[in-house]
Amino acid sequence: MRLSDLKEFESDTRPDWCPGCGDFGVLAALKDALVKSGKKPHEVAVVSGIGCSSNLPGYIRTYGFHGLHGRPVPVAVGIKNANPSLTVIATAGDGDEYGIGFNHVVHAARRNDDIKLIVMNNEIYGLTTGQLSPTSKLGQKTKTSPDGSIIYPLQPLPTILGAGGTFIARTFSGDPKHMSWVIQEAIKHRGFALIDAISPCVTWYNIYDEVKKLFYRIEDRGYKITDQQAAFNAMNDPQGIPTGIFYRTEEKQSFQEKLAEINGGKAPAESVQTLDRNVALQLIQEFA
Amino acid sequence: MLQGMPSQGYYTRKGGEGVLSGSTLMTGNLAAAWGARLAGVDYVPAYPITPQTEIIETIAKWVRLGQMKGKLVQMDSEHSMLTAAGSASLSGARVFTATSSQGLLYGLEMLYNISGWRAPILLVNVSRGLAAPITLEPDHNDVLAARDSGFLQFHAETCQEVLDLILLGYRVAEDRSVLLPAIVNLDGFYLSFTREKVELPKMDTVSTFLPEYDPPAPLRATKPVSHGATVLSGNLYSYFRYRMHAASLEASEVFRKASAEYGGLFGREYEATEGYMLQDAEYVIVMSNSFTTIGKQVVAKLRERGVAAGLLKLRMLRPFPFDDVAKSLAGRRAVAVFDQNLSPGFGGILYPEILASLYHKKNRPQFVLPVVGGLGGKQLTVQELERVFESLRNGPPTFPDRPDPMYLMREDEFDRAKRNIAIASGGG
Repeated sequence: MRLSDLKEFESDTRPDWCPGCGDFGVLAALKDALVKSGKKPHEVAVVSGIGCSSNLPGYIRTYGFHGLHGRPVPVAVGIKNANPSLTVIATAGDGDEYGIGFNHVVHAARRNDDIKLIVMNNEIYGLTTGQLSPTSKLGQKTKTSPDGSIIYPLQPLPTILGAGGTFIARTFSGDPKHMSWVIQEAIKHRGFALIDAISPCVTWYNIYDEVKKLFYRIEDRGYKITDQQAAFNAMNDPQGIPTGIFYRTEEKQSFQEKLAEINGGKAPAESVQTLDRNVALQLIQEFA
Repeated sequence: MLQGMPSQGYYTRKGGEGVLSGSTLMTGNLAAAWGARLAGVDYVPAYPITPQTEIIETIAKWVRLGQMKGKLVQMDSEHSMLTAAGSASLSGARVFTATSSQGLLYGLEMLYNISGWRAPILLVNVSRGLAAPITLEPDHNDVLAARDSGFLQFHAETCQEVLDLILLGYRVAEDRSVLLPAIVNLDGFYLSFTREKVELPKMDTVSTFLPEYDPPAPLRATKPVSHGATVLSGNLYSYFRYRMHAASLEASEVFRKASAEYGGLFGREYEATEGYMLQDAEYVIVMSNSFTTIGKQVVAKLRERGVAAGLLKLRMLRPFPFDDVAKSLAGRRAVAVFDQNLSPGFGGILYPEILASLYHKKNRPQFVLPVVGGLGGKQLTVQELERVFESLRNGPPTFPDRPDPMYLMREDEFDRAKRNIAIASGGG
């Protein structure tokens, strides 16, 4: 098998993110992880919702889908159920996935859908220019919380762990090697993976310096994945920002594996075709 | 500006006593926020979406500065936002909220509930074309998706109208004979981000026009009420639905009276429809929202050339002003209906409503031309509207057959779209 290279995943479209946006790091890490996972562009679908981060599928050469506000997960689930052989990656923002579409995340975790969700978390609504997000901090001043937020931020990782999540990680766009490694592990995982990718918004809420100061890799501190309780403890650090794979289990079958058993093997969009002469010639022409 | 064209699309009475201090320049979004502020709203559940976001940001700022007494709360989605809006209203608050496009559709389920609850909230919709494909600029498929929800609908052409219709909207919605929620619609970008001259009414005069909300079933310990009943009977269900319909029809007269009072206080009086150079017009175009201004410009231009052109603007879409439309259009030689929306497989959504208003008129126009344009904010040009009037004057080529609809897109625009698509697909 020939390994693909980064160029195969290059899109013709240049990102329109602000210079310095954390999402550049996520895009680079995703491409790197796909190459290192031995994936080819036609084996991958990248889907998104609405937001700055959700423009990502346009910037990578795979199958792509730009969905609607909060809906990357059901889009990804639909694709995966119909085409189980595809690696399906949902890329979204905190407004999208932790806000308007968080219910879908809970249920994808519960079902253990074999999709990988990368949430570019910047604790602000960037595309609409700076309103309160579900992960905005207590006291954070935004355009819709000018007195400072009075709502406790959502804790997506413990919530999804509690919902039955089988792969739960956090990483930081300022730590690209780590991010690529986390994504590679998520791709290997059989089931739902939630990656909280801290991806600061340099324009509306720049937390680069703060995150750089406070983040650390739990792996560097000798963390070993064991049980849920240990994961809960590792996630909960009021003084710092822990990154790494907090929890992972391969014990649970993915939803799609179970679905295949029920359906007798054949996936909805994968029909067995006999390759007749005309189809073969067409294919040769198309790929020549 | 062309000769004979008024700067604003409304009747002006000189020297309204309730005017604050001349006029000021503001965007449609700011005018909407001012509407909420002057209405003294108690509660604003909010959720950002382009191009509406500026409205809730402005209100958040005013609340912080102590210039508004209400509470603004950002929710987790438009669905929660509208649900909270309805329930807060039932519990006695005057509620304002705003959204656009996908946000309106996400909350659409709740619109039918809120009207069924008879909760008179005011919802501003800043129109934006619906996905897919994803876009930001306006057409009216979003607000017209809410057409049958039971909300009253008012559509604004100018920033001034945005503000005035919010105040009038509350007054009508909260009237005991109506008690239905209302939508005030303005076009994204064309109005939301465009500054126009707006006269701000004085707060205390507004308070006499629109006193504090007096809910019909407030929370009282001595008289507990429970809302949102189930009626598993077609008979009861029909009863409530007919009651809603009757209340909406009643809103026509309530609006007329309220508008007369508003005119007396603030110098601007609105009707459900507005005629422009209509009196002796033989060829009339029916329009709504911000592109009406372009329509008026074309009519004025044609008048200079001696063409008996006129325009009818739809301001109130629910309840539908059948009689006003019929009165304004009966006896004309030909009428065009400009729909800035598209019901695929049918055509423009408002066209059949205009036909329904005219059908039983003896002197109904023989030629009513359906025109669709401005989708996703596609610019409407003077030349295109001139062509519409030209078609009206030439008459239908195959009368009495159904006229061929006009879909506004020039050949060069069509080619340009195809070129763009070819480039995006990797071709040249």
